[in-house]
Amino acid sequence: MNKKLSIFLIILMITLVFSGMALAQDRLILATTTSTENSGLLDEILPTFEEKFDVRVDVIAVGTGRAISLAENGDADIILVHARAAEDAFVEAGYGVNRRDVMYNDFVILGPADDPAGVKGMESAVAALEKIANSESNFISRGDDSGTHKKELSLWEKASVKPSGSWYMETGQGMGASINVANEKEGYILADRGTFLAYSGDIDLELLVSGDPLLFNPYGIIPVNPAYHTHVNYQKAMALVGYITSQEGQQMIYNYTKYGERLFNPSAITPENFN
Amino acid sequence: MNYIIEAFQEAWYLIIGFDRELFNVVSTSLRLSITSTFFASIIGIPAGIFIGRTNFGRKKIVNIILNTLLGLPTVVVGIFVYSLISRRGILGEYEMLFSFRGIIIGQIILIVPLITALIRNAIYSLDEKLYKTALSLGATKIQQFKLLLLEARYGIMGAVITGFGRVLGEVGISMMLGGNIKGVTRTITTAMALETNKGRFGFGLALGLILLLLAFIINIGVYSLQEGKEYEQR
Repeated sequence: MNKKLSIFLIILMITLVFSGMALAQDRLILATTTSTENSGLLDEILPTFEEKFDVRVDVIAVGTGRAISLAENGDADIILVHARAAEDAFVEAGYGVNRRDVMYNDFVILGPADDPAGVKGMESAVAALEKIANSESNFISRGDDSGTHKKELSLWEKASVKPSGSWYMETGQGMGASINVANEKEGYILADRGTFLAYSGDIDLELLVSGDPLLFNPYGIIPVNPAYHTHVNYQKAMALVGYITSQEGQQMIYNYTKYGERLFNPSAITPENFN
Repeated sequence: MNYIIEAFQEAWYLIIGFDRELFNVVSTSLRLSITSTFFASIIGIPAGIFIGRTNFGRKKIVNIILNTLLGLPTVVVGIFVYSLISRRGILGEYEMLFSFRGIIIGQIILIVPLITALIRNAIYSLDEKLYKTALSLGATKIQQFKLLLLEARYGIMGAVITGFGRVLGEVGISMMLGGNIKGVTRTITTAMALETNKGRFGFGLALGLILLLLAFIINIGVYSLQEGKEYEQR
C-alpha cells in the first residue's frame, strides 16, 4: 500500500470516528411497546413534538414489562404502555408520576380458517379460550411479559385454565413474529388489532373473536418520577404528556389510519369535544 | 410466492432509488463498525504483537483466555456492558445506554480478542530466520521492529478487516445497547431483526442484500491481502 493512500485512509477513519460522536442535544428517551412503534403512529406524532419543543425523542420499542423495568432502572425518561395493573403498581411504588390516559384499541383472537375449536363469532373471549383449551388446539403465546402477554394471562385466569401442554407454545418474541409462528403452526393467538392489520395480507389466519369489553386495550403515558431518578428529563417528559393529550395530539391519533382503518381511539379527549 | 418477488422488487427500488431511511441505516452501521474497529485496532495490534513476540511467565494462560474469548457470543457482551452502563450500573452517570458510545464499547470488547489473536498468529507464522539474519547484519531494535511490521502487515490488515466484518454483522450488542432507535442507533442488522415485524419485508430484504454486498467486498479485501505476498513476488 502506498503512503498517500494510507494517509488518506487514516484521515478518513478519524473523520468518521469523530462524526460518530453525536452532537449534544436535549434528549428524551421514550420506552414503549412494539405495537405502538410498529403501527407507525409515533412517526406521525413525534416529529411535530420534537420541532416544537426542540428535543430529540429516542424511541426504544420493547414489551410493556421491559419498558417498565427500563423506567424503574432510570434508563428511560417516560413510558407509553398498555397494562393498567402494572402501570398502577409502577406509580404506586413511586417510580412514575402523573399518569394520563392516551388512547385505546382492542385485542382480537386470530385462528386458522378451518377453526378446529369452533370459536368463530363468539362474544366472550374467555369462553373462546376455554373452548380452545378443551379442544387442545394449538395456541401461541407471546410469553414475553408484554402488555399483550399480560392480557392473555389475565384471560386464562378468568377462564380458570392453567395453559400448559404441547398445544400451548410460548414464543418469547414480538407481536409480528408471534403472529407468523401462529400462522405456520395453524394456531390461535391473541393479537392487537394494529399488528393484525399490518400482517393480514401475508397470513392465512382469520379474525375470529373481537368486541368483548375484556379485549379493550387502553394505553397510558407515565413520566418517570424525578424525585426518584433525579437525572431524568422530567420537563420534556411532561411536555410530551401535555402534547399527546392536547387537542392537537389527540386529533392526530384520531386521524391516523392504516390499511383503511383507524388503529387507535383517543381517550384523553373524546372526539365529540374536538374543535 | 408472489410476495417474495414483490419484496425483491421493492428492495431493488429502495437500493437504486437511494432511499433515505435505508442509507441512513447503512451509514449508521458503517460509522459504528469503523469507529469500533479503529479503537479495537489501537488496543489489539500492540497486544497481538506483544503476545506474539515476547515470552512471559503466564503466556500459556493468556493464550487460553484469548482463544476462549474468540467465540464470545454477542449477547454475553451485551448483557455484561448493559449491566455496567445502565443507570443502576457503575458507569450509569455517563448516559451511555441506548447511544452510539454504548454500542461502540460493546463492539470493542467483542473484537479486541479477535484482532489480538489473529495478529498473534500472524506474528507466530513469521520466519524466525529472518530476525537472526537481520540481527547478524547488525539491525538495531527499531530496525527489527520495522522489519516485523513490514513482514506481518498483511496479517495485521487481515485481522483488522476480519474484526470489521464481525461487528458489521453482529446484532446482539447493537440491539441490547443501542435499542434500535430510528435515525440514531438503528443498524442494518437491528433494522432487519425488527423492521420486518412491521410487515416491511422489502425493506429488510434490501438491507440483507446490502449486508451481503458489504461482506463480499470485505472478503475481497481479506483474500487479496492473504494473497498479497504472492502477488508481489510475481
